[in-house]
Amino acid sequence: MSSLSRDDVANLARLARIEMTDKELENLTTEFGVILNAVARVQEVATTDVAATSHPLALTNIFRTDVVIPSLTPEEALSGAPASEDQRFRVPQILGEEA
Amino acid sequence: MSALTYEDVISKYEPVLGLEVHVELNTNSKMFCGCSTIFGAEPNTQTCPVCLALPGALPVVNEKAIESTILIGLALNCSIAPFSRFARKNYFYPDMPKNFQISQYDEPICVNGYVDVEIDTDEGTQSFRIEIERVHMEEDTGKSLHVGGSTGRIHGADYSLLDYNRAGIPLVEIVTKIVPGTGKYAPEVAKAYVAELRDILRALGVSDVKMEQGSLRCDANVSLRLIGSDVLGTRSETKNVNSLRSVERAVRGEMIRHAERLNKGEKVKKLFKKLVTFKKTPA
Amino acid sequence: MIKNSAAEMAQSLASGSTTSVALTQAHLDRIAEVDEKVHAFLHVDTQGALKQAADVDAARARGEKLSPLAGVPLALKDVLVQKDVPTTCGSKILEGWRPPYDSTVVSKLKSAGVVILGKTNMDEFAMGSSTENSAYGPTHNPWDLTRIPGGSGGGSSAALAAFEAPLAIGTDTGGSIRQPAAVTGTVGVKPTYGGVSRYGLVAFSSSLDQAGPCARTVLDTALLHEVIAGHDPKDSTSINAPVPQVVAAAKSGDVKGMKIGVVKELNGDGYQAGVRQRFEESLELLAQAGAEIVEVSAPNFEYALAAYYLIAPSECSSNLARFDAMRYGLRVGDTDGASAESVMNMTREVGFGREVKRRILLGTYALSSGYYDAYYGSAQKVRTLITQDFNNAFAKCDVMVSPTCPTTAFKIGEKANDPLAMYLNDIATIPVNMAGIGGMSLPCGVAPEDGLPVGFQIMSPVMQDQRMYSVGAALEAALLSKWGAPLLSQAPSLGGAA
Repeated sequence: MSSLSRDDVANLARLARIEMTDKELENLTTEFGVILNAVARVQEVATTDVAATSHPLALTNIFRTDVVIPSLTPEEALSGAPASEDQRFRVPQILGEEA
Repeated sequence: MSALTYEDVISKYEPVLGLEVHVELNTNSKMFCGCSTIFGAEPNTQTCPVCLALPGALPVVNEKAIESTILIGLALNCSIAPFSRFARKNYFYPDMPKNFQISQYDEPICVNGYVDVEIDTDEGTQSFRIEIERVHMEEDTGKSLHVGGSTGRIHGADYSLLDYNRAGIPLVEIVTKIVPGTGKYAPEVAKAYVAELRDILRALGVSDVKMEQGSLRCDANVSLRLIGSDVLGTRSETKNVNSLRSVERAVRGEMIRHAERLNKGEKVKKLFKKLVTFKKTPA
Repeated sequence: MIKNSAAEMAQSLASGSTTSVALTQAHLDRIAEVDEKVHAFLHVDTQGALKQAADVDAARARGEKLSPLAGVPLALKDVLVQKDVPTTCGSKILEGWRPPYDSTVVSKLKSAGVVILGKTNMDEFAMGSSTENSAYGPTHNPWDLTRIPGGSGGGSSAALAAFEAPLAIGTDTGGSIRQPAAVTGTVGVKPTYGGVSRYGLVAFSSSLDQAGPCARTVLDTALLHEVIAGHDPKDSTSINAPVPQVVAAAKSGDVKGMKIGVVKELNGDGYQAGVRQRFEESLELLAQAGAEIVEVSAPNFEYALAAYYLIAPSECSSNLARFDAMRYGLRVGDTDGASAESVMNMTREVGFGREVKRRILLGTYALSSGYYDAYYGSAQKVRTLITQDFNNAFAKCDVMVSPTCPTTAFKIGEKANDPLAMYLNDIATIPVNMAGIGGMSLPCGVAPEDGLPVGFQIMSPVMQDQRMYSVGAALEAALLSKWGAPLLSQAPSLGGAA
């Protein structure tokens, strides 16, 4: 059973876009060790001949017809915006590349 | 200024291509909600809890989008999967409201097709077969306007303004298998492929295929290898190429750039280049 | 009149002996009187509620045909969006956010004329078993204010137990309706997955979440169940089939000939003595009412907790990614030169609490490439095995039963620093969510050693929710005979005239 290093946890925090404090990272590293140990037992019974269930109801082909329904007004859409300008959501400078 | 000519490049290296084309479907409503897809509307007038990713919102699949994708697959000689599934592609970016994109991963709708294109060569008209790896469904992102800075591009901008009208519009992604053997005609083949796709999609009536409006976008992947070698080089990707001429130019340009580096014994870095230009007014 | 059941209140309204405005005001008064101690509510919508009540009274005066629960007040767990009313999910990251739309559950409540008094407290984003993870302070169990009311829906259950509302809506992902019901001496039901629309239910774990009815009696719960259940085209996971006849079942309470399966792996080994005792006594009562008690086995249930704590965090890590300070909610760190990325990182650090961050990271790990198959993938297989266990067991019985949770209400703060100990509260409730079947908890007595409520859990197969209500009603009637009065009459008075 693998345990996580503090760097591993720091990396997860980066992936999850959470700016954690050192104390938090330390605590989580300890907690993860305990939790992962406890949950790893799923591997005991998860053999290759068992299919995975992603969803309790195996519903398929649930669609909607291609008709337009009224949208929110721009005021409603922007009502929660921390900042807006010209009827658009204003966000701080984006450093990363667009995908 | 490049010291190498194209002729220099192709005398020593051969290109390997990969092309990803994104097509915005012309459905009336978005992929997962009933908002209108009409191009050019005032910002944020075609949004709802679903495409804004408000807490509690849920996607419901647009039936017509599925039909259109199957049509595309059939026109590209693909096999249509009897069972297909949507998956979440998790990453953070402000133009993608849920911070995951509903896309398809290992169970795409269409697989293993091909398109034949013809180009003029020194030996007359030649046909190339481009094999299609997969055709799958996903959703488009919102549009960002980068404000401040001198170029209007993302680097050096002070802040950005987001319009989510485009977020959630159905997008079909067509991915080729790697395309070797084009030799010096790689740029022409790439252009011919995109042109052929555009014609097919237009004939099917599933998209406006207006590259200048973004309803047909191409990502061109290029790598070089020494002639006769089968060791593939590092590939670079040029994203969102929005005209046929630019496809040709991008491939040719990348081939020269790779060759320059390889000749110097340098590595080719995976460069993600953008050829989209931003204007203060929305496109 | 606040001590009445919802059905009794509906009767009073229909007969004209009271009005909805009077009834609503009485509950608002009660909230003002006791909620400082209980802290069940995060937001009381005084004006909105009185307006809804007035509208119902006017409609009744006009002779319009009204739904059975029209004019009866209700408390709504703060994880369901209600248009223009603050919805926080118990989190700082949504402090002050007013949704521009209604959840389907709320739309149905409004159409039925049910009066929504306000939003109730909960563990942040529904993660927890004690309501101690709320960013706005815990809720206190009306039976003993130093103790937890259960979680994540402790606010809703506490509101019922404190007579602040006769009806409540909760949500249940691993037991968040049933466990609070058990420790507060109230009734709570998690319908079959897909039975109630999730449109507008802020997602924690999409394949496990379900909204459900809560009340003080089985019949009240059934009446509310029929208001909120049903197919919703806006939720592609909702079941397109008629709502099970739960009210009829609750009214009949007939269990003659029903086979009641006691789950060997959940029969109370290691549970608190008083919990086991009341459970056994309840089985006796059901047998006397004509049911046949049989033993069934579910050998894979022992893996359910582990699988849950992989699936739920994985799904939540993705579902909570949208809280990024860009379009709504909290934004911090937006100073000169700050990037969108740093604003996102700081906001999520400050806006999310400890348990939420713990689960997001756990989920991020479980979904990362290289680990996906070993963790999330394996957990999904356990899910299949648990579903098979239920199918096999249901071949031998009509419903399955167990104590709802291992202990009575523990003290606030007692388990807050031990995540694993906290997770064990859900050991009997989690299998139900994993298989997507129905689950109910109703009060079956107080534990002799501490005088605190004990819950009895009933589980029914997919879309056979009415069976839970038949058994629940039968047990409730038998217990009422035994006690002479509803269990809640034994709860301490919270002060002031009741």
